[in-house]
Amino acid sequence: MEVAGARGYIYPDKELDREEGQVIEEVKANSQGVIPDPDGWLEEELERNILLTTVDALINWGQRSSLWTVICFPACCAFEFIAANGPRFDLSRFGMEILRASPRQADLMITAGTLTWKMAPNVRRIYNQMAEPKWVIAMGACAISGGIFASSYNVVPGYNHIIPVDVYVPGCPPRPEALIHGIRMLQNKIAKKSILKKG
Amino acid sequence: MLTNYGYIGLYLIVAVLFTLFMVIIPIVLRFLKIVPSHPNPIKNATFECGMETIGKTWVQFNFHYYFYALIFLALDVLVVFLYPWAVSLRALGISGFVMILILIFIVFVGYLYAWRKKVLEWK
Repeated sequence: MEVAGARGYIYPDKELDREEGQVIEEVKANSQGVIPDPDGWLEEELERNILLTTVDALINWGQRSSLWTVICFPACCAFEFIAANGPRFDLSRFGMEILRASPRQADLMITAGTLTWKMAPNVRRIYNQMAEPKWVIAMGACAISGGIFASSYNVVPGYNHIIPVDVYVPGCPPRPEALIHGIRMLQNKIAKKSILKKG
Repeated sequence: MLTNYGYIGLYLIVAVLFTLFMVIIPIVLRFLKIVPSHPNPIKNATFECGMETIGKTWVQFNFHYYFYALIFLALDVLVVFLYPWAVSLRALGISGFVMILILIFIVFVGYLYAWRKKVLEWK
């Protein structure tokens, strides 16, 4: 995944528009292919010893029990996430009641909703700012494939064109139960992680 | 007496060790490759989060704010002095009253000066 460095400041409106258009076109041209899901390490067999297993168990327990979500919800699936985070479905049971406004403090990006190419550079920027280890849940039909807007010229056909996705949660929008199931799946995935695997 | 100083010394040692330990933990974890490290230019930037600013960010504040701040400071200090005086008004007597009058006069001259310079008018 290529990363754009810092740009100089531009003042006139026309040049700002041109610059933004260039960035968007660049991202669009470079993201036609799908980024493969980071799950290759799941099948890797490891020689484990008891010390390593214990360290892994401890670290994975810590990481999966405190998944903090970055506030990056471009569209309407965010409401289902809000419902899931509310008292009825109560995401804080899984240690993730905290939403971080700063991606530097977040582990998990729940990509809720339609992504336009105009927004794509910003989503990638937020993903790049997140600290390691970071995880992505693609929530809803639009996040998986572009949904009903997939044929539009300006909709990203799936977040996996922009960022690597760990778990896909189908639905339009998915119910909070579905989202919680996806989160449980992500937690199971984190539980399989080892410090020896390149995760 | 000496034991008390001993406790303070112990506290100091524990504090320094704890601080050093906290600084060294991430370095050791990084060295053991337990902490994953995938740096990229955006993550390493000092800019914390969100979008880069678009357009001009060198905003100029109106110079009037400065005048207002100065007048506020003068009157603020006046109030700070008036309160303790008003609390012990009877004890200080007439001499305290005269001193406060002098203080108010000094601040009032500055206020009048600002008024004459049309600081209080918003243009």
